Amino acid sequence: MEIVVLVKQVPDTESLIEIAGDGISIKTQDIKWVMNPYDEIAVEEALQIRDAQGGTVTVVSMGPDKAVETIRTALAMGADKGIHINDPAAQGSDALATARILSAALKDIPFDLIIAGHRAVDEDNYQVAAAVAEFLDIPQVSMVVKAELLDGKIKCQRTIEGGTVTVEAALPALFTTQRGLNEPRYASLPGIMKAKKKPVDVKTIADLGIDPATAGVENRKVKIKALNLPPERQTVRLIEGESAQDKAAELVRVLHEEAKLI
Amino acid sequence: MPQGVFAITEQRDGVFRKISFEAVSEGRRIADGLGADLCTVVVGSGIEGIAGELEKYGPDKILVADDPALADYTTSAYTNVIADLIQSIDPAVVVIGASAQGKDLSARLAARLDAGLAMDCTAVKLDDGKLTCTRPMFGGKIFADVEFDSAIQIVAIRPNVMDIAESSKECAIEKPAVQVGDVKTTVVEKSMDTGGKIELTEADIVVSGGRGTGGEFGAIEQLADAFGGAVGASRSAVDEGWRPHSDQVGQTGKVVSPVLYVACGISGAIQHLAGMSTSKFIVAVNKDSEAPIFSKADLGIVGDMFDVVPAMTEEVKKIKS
Repeated sequence: MEIVVLVKQVPDTESLIEIAGDGISIKTQDIKWVMNPYDEIAVEEALQIRDAQGGTVTVVSMGPDKAVETIRTALAMGADKGIHINDPAAQGSDALATARILSAALKDIPFDLIIAGHRAVDEDNYQVAAAVAEFLDIPQVSMVVKAELLDGKIKCQRTIEGGTVTVEAALPALFTTQRGLNEPRYASLPGIMKAKKKPVDVKTIADLGIDPATAGVENRKVKIKALNLPPERQTVRLIEGESAQDKAAELVRVLHEEAKLI
Repeated sequence: MPQGVFAITEQRDGVFRKISFEAVSEGRRIADGLGADLCTVVVGSGIEGIAGELEKYGPDKILVADDPALADYTTSAYTNVIADLIQSIDPAVVVIGASAQGKDLSARLAARLDAGLAMDCTAVKLDDGKLTCTRPMFGGKIFADVEFDSAIQIVAIRPNVMDIAESSKECAIEKPAVQVGDVKTTVVEKSMDTGGKIELTEADIVVSGGRGTGGEFGAIEQLADAFGGAVGASRSAVDEGWRPHSDQVGQTGKVVSPVLYVACGISGAIQHLAGMSTSKFIVAVNKDSEAPIFSKADLGIVGDMFDVVPAMTEEVKKIKS
């Protein structure tokens, strides 16, 4: 089984996000960078499948120099090799450009399965994996909470509102991960040591035959015009009262008579 | 020259999901702003009978894409059919709900059509014919105003945010021939939650419990029932195994936007706040007056949730009776 995992380095969800002076980007100085949580789940799933069926796990990531740390983390978890697409011309690419670049990197790698996070927790676009599947002309199943390999097929349970749907697709296929699919392992110390020797190929977009006029922040199809903090709410109104019952009654009264919500 | 608005609805087993009416209403509003027509599509099998339900939201045309292969949603079948229709209608703007299906479908459509896609929009403004969409990033810690630079502009709207509005228009219903094409996946089973449980992302009222429940969700469930709402949970509660992943509200769970969100025994970690901060009205009940949840709440009680929440349930029942 040749498995490819798409990973992205993102700000830790604990990070305080502040808007930079240009008003259209975020301050990056104090951010802790980690593997996108849904990509950790993807790496874990790939490792479990490889350990059961044999094969290789290749991790692919597009990002600046420090993104290699995320690839090394995946290698330390147990992935076999990495591809790092590192090119300033690709920085700030939108979802379609990113997907085109990732797909180009995969054109010459034989793969049976691609696993990716359903979204990255920075841009929250939910788009790259689906676009990769489209450009590679393979089936996609998104937000998978359970995956089973059958003969030449993948059988996935995906979450929808109010339930789950089980979908089958012939390989090669792509699916994206949702919380609940697995609990990602931590990299062990021996794993971290071994990772240093595992190969990471570095590519530019020229290496991949990508036209720079389709990539980078200037060529985005969806452009950020302004970033804003969420609207401030008024200071909380704390309900006072003698007892829990009194407070509860007053709260519900406010909801009914003042806010008119019930 | 692309023109007009195209709204994609969502039905399941012959019943429109509420997001459909939000998408058509928003499509109508954008079309009016552009001085253009709104076309909407219903996709499924044996769904001709429900198409008329969309008339009151004011489309100029309703397309019925009906084929047995479209009975259940699959990415390829729906993308193939809808991409074909979009290519023949040539709209400037496509509106779709950012439900689980909508996120999957809009992303594949955007790649198929080489279109810009603004995902999970909470507001759409029109200025001199140009769309600006507001959408959350970093789990809602930041809101981005975005503009398009593509011939077709796909706007995926966050469920439960846009107003549903009625509008009277002369409406034509058509049933074009559909080419389902290569269907790459097969639905083999559907398992829906029974007992008429209200779905978290569609509920008008959500009552959530966190670590402060100690695993006892009875009081939370009863309050949710009294309100006619849904039960949510913080990540702590899910990690402890007290609630399933599907109940989790937060940056790595579900993002909800109900009219009323009641957080009980939830401290208010950044990631939880990211999942509910666009709720219209937020109530917090927590023993700790310093809990960060109070910084996001409109109304709060500092107290033991096991005393306060059952008392609230009684009061809500009194009002409802």
